[in-house]
Amino acid sequence: MPDKIVKTIELKAPIARVWRALSDYKEFGQWFCLDIKEPFTVGQPIKATLTYPGYEGLLWEVHIKKIQPEQLFSFTWHPAAIDPKVDYSVEEPTLVEFKLEQKDYGTLLTLTESGFDKLPEYRRFEAFRMNDDGWAEQLQNIENYVAKNNVATK
Amino acid sequence: MSPQNRHASVFAALGDATRLSIVKRLSDGQPHSISELTKGTNLTRQAVTKHLRVLEDVGIVNGAKSGRENLYKFDPTPLHQARGYLDLFSAQWEQALNRLKTFVEE
Repeated sequence: MPDKIVKTIELKAPIARVWRALSDYKEFGQWFCLDIKEPFTVGQPIKATLTYPGYEGLLWEVHIKKIQPEQLFSFTWHPAAIDPKVDYSVEEPTLVEFKLEQKDYGTLLTLTESGFDKLPEYRRFEAFRMNDDGWAEQLQNIENYVAKNNVATK
Repeated sequence: MSPQNRHASVFAALGDATRLSIVKRLSDGQPHSISELTKGTNLTRQAVTKHLRVLEDVGIVNGAKSGRENLYKFDPTPLHQARGYLDLFSAQWEQALNRLKTFVEE
């Protein structure tokens, strides 16, 4: 089981444009769906509220780790911290990193989120509950898995 | 046991058509007795008991005594842990990055 997520995306935009969308808090808030009122500062906790449909008004909080212009933007946070009744601050946060590379087509962005192995077990279950497809899909996955591996009845 | 091994054992336990059919019967969330699970199948009580023990070992099924009978209940948690949670976070990032793409390419 990997403990991190790595995603890459090719952006047809100059690296300076992508950097602004990441590092400028107002721009970040626009695509990330946040109502954010304070600029990103290294070492500072940043609070905002989500505007994402279904999660409007939820607190979003990160700690900015690194701001290296046109190279790296990183923060720690508590992923899928969607239950206002839970104090997530006692848990180990995960680390989110956006890395940029200039390419001939524009910019290659690599997103990494690591540290999932330190999340408490119950949170893994909680996170799953957010998934609309839920259990039915899991059962289907298992059926497909079994069918694919051609496992005979014993 | 490492998480990886634990997940592998969950899938190994389900990698058997008979056990999968038992899990399907249990997935209504209700507790079932061995007699109920044997009914309508060509399995013996002993065979069902044996399969239930394998499922119990990996935590997919919980058995509890109720009067003279053992009742078995399905617990999907190990499956969620095995497959669900990283996929979910991954899908959320995919959506966010696509919004970023639209945003910077406009």
